[in-house]
Amino acid sequence: MSGVLASMIDGLLVGAVYGLAAMGLSLIWGVMDVINLTHGAMIALGMFCMYLLFAAVTINPYVLLLPTIGAGLLLGIVVYWMAVHWVVGRSMLMSLLSTFAVNMMVIGIGTAVWSTSPYNVNFVLPGITIGAYTFTGNHIAAAISAVVIALALQFFLYRTRTGKAIRAVADNREAAELMGISSTAVLTIAFAIGIALACTSGALVSTLFPFTILSGSVYQLKSFVVTILAGLGKPFGALVAGVLLGLLEGVVTPFIAVSWIPLIEFGLFVVVLVAFPQGIFGKRATA
Amino acid sequence: MILRRPFFWIILLIAAGFIYAPLHGNNVSLREDLILVAIAIILASNLNLMIGYTGYVNFGHIVFYGLGGYVGLYLTTVRSWNLMLSALVAGVVVSLCAFLFGLAILRLRGAYFALATIGILQAVQAFVSNFDPWGRSTGMYLSFNSYQSLGGARRALWIAYFLIIAVMALSMIVSLVIKNSKFGLGLFAIREDEDAAVVLGVNATMYKAIIYSVSAFLPAVAGALMFFKNGMIDPSIAFEYMLSLEGIVMLMLGGQGSVIGAALGGTLYEKLRSYLLTSPVLSNFHLVIAGGLLLMVVLFAPGGLIGWLYRLMPRARKVIE
Repeated sequence: MSGVLASMIDGLLVGAVYGLAAMGLSLIWGVMDVINLTHGAMIALGMFCMYLLFAAVTINPYVLLLPTIGAGLLLGIVVYWMAVHWVVGRSMLMSLLSTFAVNMMVIGIGTAVWSTSPYNVNFVLPGITIGAYTFTGNHIAAAISAVVIALALQFFLYRTRTGKAIRAVADNREAAELMGISSTAVLTIAFAIGIALACTSGALVSTLFPFTILSGSVYQLKSFVVTILAGLGKPFGALVAGVLLGLLEGVVTPFIAVSWIPLIEFGLFVVVLVAFPQGIFGKRATA
Repeated sequence: MILRRPFFWIILLIAAGFIYAPLHGNNVSLREDLILVAIAIILASNLNLMIGYTGYVNFGHIVFYGLGGYVGLYLTTVRSWNLMLSALVAGVVVSLCAFLFGLAILRLRGAYFALATIGILQAVQAFVSNFDPWGRSTGMYLSFNSYQSLGGARRALWIAYFLIIAVMALSMIVSLVIKNSKFGLGLFAIREDEDAAVVLGVNATMYKAIIYSVSAFLPAVAGALMFFKNGMIDPSIAFEYMLSLEGIVMLMLGGQGSVIGAALGGTLYEKLRSYLLTSPVLSNFHLVIAGGLLLMVVLFAPGGLIGWLYRLMPRARKVIE
């Protein structure tokens, strides 16, 4: 029984990282109504960014999150102007396909450079041992980092002028423009933050598990599940839902093979979509 | 009625060309090239039913092809059924599954559906990788006896080829028939404005579930034939995510919504891909080039090659559909 409890706590910690990844997806989806299919590729790039930085300067990888965030923001701006700006407001099909095209290009380049063999960031923080179970330091540090970044984003969105502008554009783009907000600038910033969050969560994952350039797609699926659970445009709800998903994984892993997990997540995804189209934390549609 | 469409005869001519070219001089390497083109056309044409006609993106279209391959190989090898029957049964089983899946996930609109299709692909792959009768992650091999019943391996491969060409022609004919039917009009209405379509009496959920299962049938048959020809199957070949994605590139390149567009895109992309894969410099970058191509089409020419042709020659619409 206590084994299940330990597995649950571990799931909880990893879940915070899922939540962080989903926040990026949820932010972009909520603000510009674009489903960012580069998400998985960006998570993978975050992993490799961390790997390269750690190989260059061997210091505590949680310090290296800061340059990763910076790189993610820059990358986000590039991708926004390359593929997203031109399709915002056009049919969903077009934005799905254009972000998807970028995803293919990134995966293609990544496969050519790093092949699909696994890498890992070789760094171990001392863990905490309770009874027969040890919680690795990396999991704890990653969860704490994820929560800190999530709180910072929450503060940014609700307490700063730019953050309020982002929420205004998400609510009603035309009204926001009439109030003098430059929606192009806001969309660029929001997209850049979304990508930076994906990269950062990828960087955190790279300190927990081995990864390949294709690993992003697994976390992309998790991010979709979490975003749907939380309801659109609710970044903080995404963190909570991410923790819930991690908890669920923690509960089931002692009993079934890990390779079944995508099936369970997918089932959850469909059930939630059909039963709670507005998300568990979302408001019920009035009409 | 369909016989009076000039395009119907064009399809038959194309299929005849596919059959005649490799037979003439018993050219096996040409046959192997053409088989890849035919598979590309089958996948792109059936994907067109979802993306082009109904406006629903299916990222996991390859699931049908892979599942068809599994059911087909299971029936020919383990149950020793004959090839045609197993391929047909594979098609029926997979489209039934698709219909049931469809009823569940097609309540989702637009983008949510697209996400669910990614989920379906990963879920089915996870299921098959854990499914004992289908050999889990190591897959299955064809027993050599299955070739014997068709008169030896050499003849069996030719028979599989002809059947695949037949499926290719059938894919294009199905696209053509649906395009000119009342059912097709209902799909177009869903694509343009689903709410308005529902108000006007289109049973959108049923229409979508039907077209989803129709778009599953021929790829599943093709999968059964193709993996019979290859003699083996495992989850990573059967559910090759990249092929699923490349199907979308083919369709957008040729022109979504058009029968010949899907076929043209499939042919051109397959040729481009085999060129890139064999070129020593570019072989690692074929995905990058495919992605770049898709991005260009989406941003600059959403109608694809056929959209461009229609703009140049509006009267071409009458003949080339």
